[in-house]
Amino acid sequence: MSKHTIELTINGRRHSSDVEARTSLADFLRDDAGYTGVHLGCEHGVCGACTVIVDGKAVRSCLMLAVQTHGSDITTVEGLAADDGTLHTVQQTLQDEHGLQCGFCTPGIVMTMAALTDESYRSQANPTEEQLLGALSGHICRCTGYQGIRRAAKKLANPVEIYSGDES
Amino acid sequence: MKPAPFDYVAPASVEEACATLAEACGGAAVLAGGQTLIPLLNLRMSQPFILVDINNIPELKGITRVDHGIRIGPATRQCDAVDSDILIQDLPVIVEAVRHVGHHQTRNRGTVGGSITLGEPAAELPATAVALGATIEIRSSQGIRQVSADEFYLGPYMNVLEHDELVTGITFPGWPQGHLTIFRELAQRPGDFALVGLVGALAIEAGKITHAGLAWFGMGPTPMKARQAEQLLIGQSLQDIDPEIIAESAVADTAPFDDQHTSAEYRRTVGTRLFARALLEAIDAQEAV
Ligand code: FES
Ligand code: FES
Repeated sequence: MSKHTIELTINGRRHSSDVEARTSLADFLRDDAGYTGVHLGCEHGVCGACTVIVDGKAVRSCLMLAVQTHGSDITTVEGLAADDGTLHTVQQTLQDEHGLQCGFCTPGIVMTMAALTDESYRSQANPTEEQLLGALSGHICRCTGYQGIRRAAKKLANPVEIYSGDES
Repeated sequence: MKPAPFDYVAPASVEEACATLAEACGGAAVLAGGQTLIPLLNLRMSQPFILVDINNIPELKGITRVDHGIRIGPATRQCDAVDSDILIQDLPVIVEAVRHVGHHQTRNRGTVGGSITLGEPAAELPATAVALGATIEIRSSQGIRQVSADEFYLGPYMNVLEHDELVTGITFPGWPQGHLTIFRELAQRPGDFALVGLVGALAIEAGKITHAGLAWFGMGPTPMKARQAEQLLIGQSLQDIDPEIIAESAVADTAPFDDQHTSAEYRRTVGTRLFARALLEAIDAQEAV
């Protein structure tokens, strides 16, 4: 059972820690680093609740070992809003469209959509509906019936259109 | 659901990785993308005492054109394969197959080589390797060998690898420009393993099929090559074939099973339809050019 020292950036802050080889990134983020916005549903890659952004990409943190993130830059849901509390576009849109109820699955969904929108914004574009809706297949939500989440995804893809809010 | 304790090493070279595998005498597991291995560890269905992480070995990554084909490093991420210009131009069927592997979030970590090596019978990439006639390069401290994908799989999650061996490359032979891509899969939800799937390519010259590579997934204990159908297709012109008859012969080369998702009979019936439809679609595509 080997132990390893890792240095990484989480939500813009440097962290250095000793981790056991078998510690998942999800457990490390929650228990060692204190980012309990990382939710664990299934712990084997099925539900998507644990999704975080590692080096710009949305990944399931229950399927990565903490030791593998040495040198990485990680964003959890706690790191998305601005310092003054202004929500990330994805968070605001989900709220506007009632894309959550109990909120258990929400951090994962937010991180998947934020990774895609941020990547598109960097090249001055919006993510496509196909990208967002396709990526949402990696998340299970037991509350919402998905319609609010889908509306938010469509709005993120087409933000300038006057949006009627109809699901069609 | 926490894995049993293990040691972890991340060697920087293939030699080092192979030496560790040899030393561990079967107690090691190779960690590539981890999207299958880590669930198995978490569920304690697998309890290696050491993980050999191959993500820090640069030579195991990347997609390159080689003589008469394309070489894919086993640790190449699935998301990079989807965006690969080389694959999009030369072998778009691989891109299509990879787009169906798992979800966006798992493709961001999962590797092409991991999926091909594991050999889940209902997975897209092992069947793609078999259909297109890929060769798998395997190394150990003892040397290097090449195994055709067709001979690589022995059963569900079972392959010809010895405990000290590592997959170090997958080479797909080139297909002529303008070849037709075949990909069909039926799954209960996007991202699920297929109930039935079909993948392959047809090369056509002067109106006649010169080369056919077709394989099923979810239709037997390993990827199943549709040998009889391939034979029937070669030398024919697409306009003259009877898709139904070829589909029947393609299903004859399968060994579908009953499981909690559906029955063997269902797989056979749907497989026949999928195959015939894929051929009809190919005929349409051919007429469009
Ligand atoms: S907790 Fe990671 S996918 Fe469910
Ligand atoms: S909001 Fe409750 S699980 Fe999605």
